[in-house]
Amino acid sequence: MNVNFQEIKEAILVSLGTEAVLGENISLAQPQLIVNKEYLKDICLFLRDDERFFFDQLSCLTGLDNGVPKNTIEVIYHLYSIPFNVSFILKVETDRGDEQHLPEVSSVTDIWRTANWHEREAFDMYGIVFIGHPDLRRILLPTDWEGYPLRKDYKEQEFYHGIKVAY
Amino acid sequence: MSLLDHKFGQGGIVVSQLEDVLNWARLSSLFPMSFGLACCAIEMMQTFTSGYDLDRFGIIPRATPRQSDVMIVAGTVTFKMADRIKRLYEQMPEPRYVISMGSCSNCGGPYWEHGYHVVKGVDRIVPVDIYVPGCPPRPEALIGGFLKLQGKIRQESLVEPKAVERFLTKRTSETAII
Amino acid sequence: MSSHTIQYNSHPGNLERSEPLVLDTANLKRGEMIINMGPQHPSTHGVLRLEILTDGEIVKEVIPHMGYLHRCYEKHAEKLPYNQIIPFVDRMDYLAAMNSEHAYVMGIERMLGIEKDIPKRVEYIRVLVAELNRISSHFVAIGTYGLDIGAFTPFLWVMRDREHINRLLEWVSGARMLYNYIWAGGLFYDLPVGFEERCNEFATYLHPKLIELQKIIIENRIFIERTANIGVLPLDLAINYGVTGPMLRASGLKYDLRKVDAYSVYPELRFDVPIGKGEMGTTGDCWDRTQVRVLECFESLSIIEQCLEKLTGEFKRTRDFDPQAMVPKKIRPKTMDFYMRAENPKGELGFFFRTTGNTDIPFRCKVRAPSFVNLSVLPSISKNVMISDLVAILGSFDIVMGEIDR
Repeated sequence: MNVNFQEIKEAILVSLGTEAVLGENISLAQPQLIVNKEYLKDICLFLRDDERFFFDQLSCLTGLDNGVPKNTIEVIYHLYSIPFNVSFILKVETDRGDEQHLPEVSSVTDIWRTANWHEREAFDMYGIVFIGHPDLRRILLPTDWEGYPLRKDYKEQEFYHGIKVAY
Repeated sequence: MSLLDHKFGQGGIVVSQLEDVLNWARLSSLFPMSFGLACCAIEMMQTFTSGYDLDRFGIIPRATPRQSDVMIVAGTVTFKMADRIKRLYEQMPEPRYVISMGSCSNCGGPYWEHGYHVVKGVDRIVPVDIYVPGCPPRPEALIGGFLKLQGKIRQESLVEPKAVERFLTKRTSETAII
Repeated sequence: MSSHTIQYNSHPGNLERSEPLVLDTANLKRGEMIINMGPQHPSTHGVLRLEILTDGEIVKEVIPHMGYLHRCYEKHAEKLPYNQIIPFVDRMDYLAAMNSEHAYVMGIERMLGIEKDIPKRVEYIRVLVAELNRISSHFVAIGTYGLDIGAFTPFLWVMRDREHINRLLEWVSGARMLYNYIWAGGLFYDLPVGFEERCNEFATYLHPKLIELQKIIIENRIFIERTANIGVLPLDLAINYGVTGPMLRASGLKYDLRKVDAYSVYPELRFDVPIGKGEMGTTGDCWDRTQVRVLECFESLSIIEQCLEKLTGEFKRTRDFDPQAMVPKKIRPKTMDFYMRAENPKGELGFFFRTTGNTDIPFRCKVRAPSFVNLSVLPSISKNVMISDLVAILGSFDIVMGEIDR
């Protein structure tokens, strides 16, 4: 591994300014960089195209609900560079919102096309709207399902097409 | 089989009841519509092919519901799939039977507690004749289920058509005991 | 007939409301039609619905719809303790259950920090059953692919050999298909007495059968005509879409997580990583993918033989060996986020855990399913092919709906 976390963070700060990075979490075994929502697309484009890092694969895009007390929803991006064998983790946090104002994050679909279906799944399960996504609709649940199941305060609906949902 | 065995001795003339002959014809060539949904589908595939051949019972999988007698619901039924199951069931011509294979289609299976998208039993959508328990059921269990279904068909009667039967009596489904 | 339990409410708009068509029926050109290759079809890939815009034979656009097998794994993973989730992990990719369990369990062990303390014998047994399961999974892929193309015999041969593997794994773990055998910190049972000899016999039996399989389907003139130069996946497209596993290797990149990440005891085993070279057509076509899978079966067989050597030699069974010795009583990792990835037969299986310190229930367990990502390439590489070619392309992806829908 010839680049490490601090070098990547320095490179991002140098090229995009100090507002891009909101914090970091280096006490974990796999350190994460918490970034500003506004700068997400620029950071991702920079990471993908820079010759020192060349993060060409988005391994995983996770949505995460912190629950009603903390009132935040996170999206975590796992990037991996095949030529340099380096992993990198980005995190974006946003407000939980409610049915009328769903949380919004910009989409990275035109940077890595893996993100297309992963973002649809995050929308399906958490209700996170990805701005700029070409085709944002539910992917795993039926279109007329009510609610976003993986949220911590999700209550199952009573009946679906007449069939009882609970046991 | 026994019907033919001890009848063909008398010069090639078989005398029997019409119901027995019809039931025998129906049960010896059940054509299932393979409706493999999940893991049970793999065990079903294994039962159809080498090792636990189902062809020796006259059972050949047919892809289309219009030409099949029995629908084996093998695997978890979800709410998105529920509408399609009902439509496929309605496309099958009578007399039709349903075998529910595996715990997921019997009662929701391991997903009964927290599975919001799992239908807790396919009998909430279509009427089921035989339940085969297991997760997944062994091929021998599925064969046992078919034999139980054959036993059920053997007792059917022409005098009371099935629809009237269902209307008049309250029969409970049989469970395959392995 | 238990008709009194039926609750379904038949309504004519139900189907359209639950999964509407994406393409617009009003804007069709003359001669075009939208065909549904619906959730139930004889091609045995499970419940996948393809919406195809075609002029009768040439496919203009394909849109996959999934979710017909969504079994809420991630919700179960937020409500159950770590060791009770293992049966659900099995059921996601039900053809390669041991590999999925291995990846999940390695993730937990790394979070707890006990991955160096696992006895070597346990590690070798895990690799042995995982490679057996890899062969079994590739067999289903190749057999059902032949079935889609029209070849019935390889399917029967492959099922017969798979039956042997099922019986071996039933002897080890108690179940034919969904094992719940690899536990966090060890295994459920040790290998039964006599297993190593039987497994050796099986390995010597299987080698000529693999050569036969290569001859009857891979080097078959008709199969080559049907699959060469069809569904070519260029390497840069594959990486941008996040494709991993045999599909990526068939496009020419020598990338195998068993070598790159070097987890478990794979660094001590000698095996090669086959890649696609475009021998019969272009690099990255359907023929290459199937060829890579068959070659991987050969490699897995050699890994199995090496493991058996170690298990009968250096790490022989002893009377006091307890496979559950390092299994922790309560699995309570510290607060952390952790992503573990491993090489499943279908590709890179990743588990993302977020834990919150003093409980043995994960806060979030996300699965990065290889088939989910691999399937997203389908709309891009099936433009202007015929419908039978579309079936060939879909078969070469080797998808499992349990994993896609989780």
